[in-house]
Amino acid sequence: MPEKFDVIVVGAGVAGLAAAYKLAKEGLSVIVIERGDYPGAKNVMGGVLYRAMMEEIIPEFWKEAPLQRPVVEQRFWLMDEESVVTTGYKGQQWAREPYNCFTVFRGQFDQWFARKCTEAGAVIINETVVESCIVENERVVGVRTNRPDGDLYANVVVLADGVNSLLSKQLGFHDEWKPQQVALAVMEELKLPSEVIEERFNLEPGMGATIEIFGSGTLGLVGTAFIYTNKEHISIGVGALLSQIRQMKVRPYDLLENLKNHPMVRPLIRQGEPVEYYAHLIPEGGYNAIPRLVGNGVVVVGDAAQLVNGIHREGSNLAMTSGRLAAEAIIRAHRMGEFNERSLSHYEEQLRNSFVIEDLKKYKNTSHLFEVNPQYFNKYIPATNMALHEMLTVDGVSKKDKQKLILQRLLNGSSLYSLGKDLYQAWRAVK
Amino acid sequence: MENKLDKRMKYVKTEVNIDDKLYLNRWKPDHQSHLEIIDPAVCAEKCEGKDCTVFCPARVYEWRDGRIAVGYEGCLECGACRIGCPHGNIRWRYPRGGYGVQFRLA
Repeated sequence: MPEKFDVIVVGAGVAGLAAAYKLAKEGLSVIVIERGDYPGAKNVMGGVLYRAMMEEIIPEFWKEAPLQRPVVEQRFWLMDEESVVTTGYKGQQWAREPYNCFTVFRGQFDQWFARKCTEAGAVIINETVVESCIVENERVVGVRTNRPDGDLYANVVVLADGVNSLLSKQLGFHDEWKPQQVALAVMEELKLPSEVIEERFNLEPGMGATIEIFGSGTLGLVGTAFIYTNKEHISIGVGALLSQIRQMKVRPYDLLENLKNHPMVRPLIRQGEPVEYYAHLIPEGGYNAIPRLVGNGVVVVGDAAQLVNGIHREGSNLAMTSGRLAAEAIIRAHRMGEFNERSLSHYEEQLRNSFVIEDLKKYKNTSHLFEVNPQYFNKYIPATNMALHEMLTVDGVSKKDKQKLILQRLLNGSSLYSLGKDLYQAWRAVK
Repeated sequence: MENKLDKRMKYVKTEVNIDDKLYLNRWKPDHQSHLEIIDPAVCAEKCEGKDCTVFCPARVYEWRDGRIAVGYEGCLECGACRIGCPHGNIRWRYPRGGYGVQFRLA
């Protein structure tokens, strides 16, 4: 006798768990299927979790969830080979409740979040891979797992299976992602005493900082490098479009080692002992890559739906918002007793009206612009460094002559017109 | 197959030993591979770049004795090879439930 639930959630990441929690709280029977040993065992994130969207699911979660540090400072670096131009924002408002965002370890956070789901009444099974959706009469009615007698049935299946999104691809909701629609990121955790971290990053005890690095951190490839402070670890990583990594024939871990030994980075991580190494894909296709999100008896959420705002390195917040909105649509469908595409499309409508798709729409051409115009990363960032270097190096040359020299070297043979065009295009892409 | 960014890669002094990195992680290795080269002849005859041997962040793929050797035990399960293989020649599944890499932090 096959088991039947109201809802099956595939994948215990923040999108799937957000959906499961909401559904269970509403009294629906929910099962979450996770392939790792425990929720979080397969999940990799740069490490920033935004408070506002998590709070819409569990109010004041920060009082009990395992978090690393509230982020009080976000720094942005334009890095060249031997120098860096820095900017950023630090605010005391972010150091107190309700906070803006936190660094977290997903290996710990997702286990806690899953426990909250269990307490709310959801069932979570680990070590189980969903191999396919069971489709009958053009409607998804359940999933086939790798366990013996592993078929499970439900009114709705929530696909929260992450960036690789094998299940929605099987359903024909999207083609295989293209190498320019994903970034490949590698990352390490480096162990350091918390006082050392606080001293090096100029932080009050317990507070955290993030650094996003553009330019030399990726050797000019379209992507970013990043450094995040945890309690007793520093996350350091680098990611770039897979298409560019492949084209340049660069080994991702060479990029990481180069970053770690860069003179602007090295002093921050000195004597940090590597304790774990990760690789992960990040959806970068943006608005134009969003797949079909709803079918009869099925919805797609989180990374599986390409819901990542790469420009602002936001992902977990989009994921959990999509999970929550999917749950709300399913609860509505449950009341109506109708689980077809039409009734579930309420999820897509709500998602389109939310910041999630609004933001992705705003930046829909940005990734592509940077990909086909690599000068933004490999020319203008060095040029900015050069300009600051010239203006701040005192050597007897007049400031007026310095300005001429800077403009000359900035143009480097190309016209003022092409510089203006690049600036205008960049502005249009982010306006 | 030379790295086109070698000149810009100023701060990598010696070859990075990927095994040192992979040893840091906790693994539950399966005895069967979740990665499969669909047609080895495509690698041998049609694929000039052997890109997977370079961009795979775990160095799972190596070109040895005229074929691609697949060291699936050290796979970080990112999925890059499936998307990045220029010939779509890699069948990529998740490892069986509970097997493969098990991250503690991140």
